[in-house]
Amino acid sequence: MTRRSLRGATAVVGVGETTYYRHGQAPEAEFVLCLKAIIAACRDAGLDPTDIDGFASYSNDRNDPPSLATALGCKELRFSNMQWGGGGGGGAGAMANAAAAITGGLADCVVVYRALAQGQFGRFGQGPQARTVNGDLALTVPYGQMSPAQWYAPKVMRFMHEHDIGQEALRAIAMASYHHAQSNPRAVMYGRPLTEEAYDASRWITEPFHLYDCCQENDGAAALILVSAERAKDLKQTPAYVLGAAIGAGYRVHSTPAGFATPDLASSHFKTLAPRLYEMAGVGPSDVDVVQCYENFTGGVLMALVEHGFFAPDEAMEFLKLENLLAPSGKLPLNTSGGNLAECYMHGLELQIEAVRQLRGEATSQVPDVNVSLAAAGPMVTPVSTILLGSEAVL
Amino acid sequence: MSQGYLPPGLPIPVPERNGLSAPFWEGLKEERIRVQRNPATGVFQFPPQWIAYDTQSFELEWVDVAPRGRIFSWTRVWHPVHPALRDAGPYIVVVVELPQAGNVRMLGNLLGDPRQDVEIGAEVEAVFEHHPDADPPYTLLQWRLA
Repeated sequence: MTRRSLRGATAVVGVGETTYYRHGQAPEAEFVLCLKAIIAACRDAGLDPTDIDGFASYSNDRNDPPSLATALGCKELRFSNMQWGGGGGGGAGAMANAAAAITGGLADCVVVYRALAQGQFGRFGQGPQARTVNGDLALTVPYGQMSPAQWYAPKVMRFMHEHDIGQEALRAIAMASYHHAQSNPRAVMYGRPLTEEAYDASRWITEPFHLYDCCQENDGAAALILVSAERAKDLKQTPAYVLGAAIGAGYRVHSTPAGFATPDLASSHFKTLAPRLYEMAGVGPSDVDVVQCYENFTGGVLMALVEHGFFAPDEAMEFLKLENLLAPSGKLPLNTSGGNLAECYMHGLELQIEAVRQLRGEATSQVPDVNVSLAAAGPMVTPVSTILLGSEAVL
Repeated sequence: MSQGYLPPGLPIPVPERNGLSAPFWEGLKEERIRVQRNPATGVFQFPPQWIAYDTQSFELEWVDVAPRGRIFSWTRVWHPVHPALRDAGPYIVVVVELPQAGNVRMLGNLLGDPRQDVEIGAEVEAVFEHHPDADPPYTLLQWRLA
């Protein structure tokens, strides 16, 4: 029996994004942002937008594939996909779905996209304004627990308690993102460096998260184009091959906001994914050259790095020092574009793009000789997802 | 008590239209903590659900459980995201596990000084915070150090 795998069958051949804005600052309609990111990714790939025959997104993106395909004049729509659940945890999942559709023969040229204009719609970080709440929300909102930071903080608090992890570990993760953003002109926080003193002096949002432990909210759009590996060879960019991907969560991981009831509370929920991911990709944690790890909150990154096998929980304080996390020469360069904290909260799709740029050698904080590039999406939600991209050398 | 830990104006908890969690909310009004249990196995589960996760039976029973627990985790909220909490100052949310109900977990506020040190593992007891004048009336389960 043929081994079922995505390994080496597809590649990312184009990436694109709009200008990234502070939330509410986008001068154009969200749908226009979405179209412009897709067209930018097509240009990068040297493909005609009308050749796109598949669309994959996540987190209930408001820009649906039939509307996009119609607007772009796509010749045919073959794959219309939404990764269900998990919000930003679907970023790598949408990539995996696109790769699976191409590998399985459902479509030939799939765009993965995400567009956000929070000024035109609701913001993530605001509580419900309804007069009554029911279901799982009724169990948390009346206690003043009603935003992602508030829902996820107890998970991190418990993990830090169990493993005696101090605030310095979270600070190093935040500072790595801000450090890398200073080399990235696309970054919303470009020109706005963060110091240890500023982190320490910043206000609490909800313990253990300071202001700088929390992602931004932004407007913009991002897109990536995937095609078969065979076709990728004929296109103009260095292909970023999909080595492997995994989506999901462990046993009885409750959706937010009932996450407090999840048996393994102190988790980012990659424990069951990571072994599958590495097995499919045929590489291990020590082969990974650079990591993009979704920062909704730094504490989620802490747990996600542990669960992807980069260090043991009890090594966190030693490993999570700023110098280890920086390109070009840190042990594990992390969030090298500035990520959700400091490049843009494009719901983590900017991290997928950065994973590709690192493989191409086009990153603004480039790690030398990248062959294996990891991008994880959505710690602490369910489902989460991770993708491993690789150069031709590792195929 | 009719005074809430948090200021008035937050959304009022109500059971779903289909009534799934009504026994829990009705129980709180009578100062009882009611949790679902699988009568065949004795396994407790919370939040309310239609089906027992261990046997896939739809025959779940509601049982009263001891109003005691211990703090499994917590957060102290400083940045409010609802207008009613704008001037509330910091407040503490605790995740409480109920050892006498299979370690199911519930949330609540930890009553007392909002700036107190919070200890994971500390024993807590239930406080029933009644809101008889709300429309509709409801009772919140809160916690204080035992």
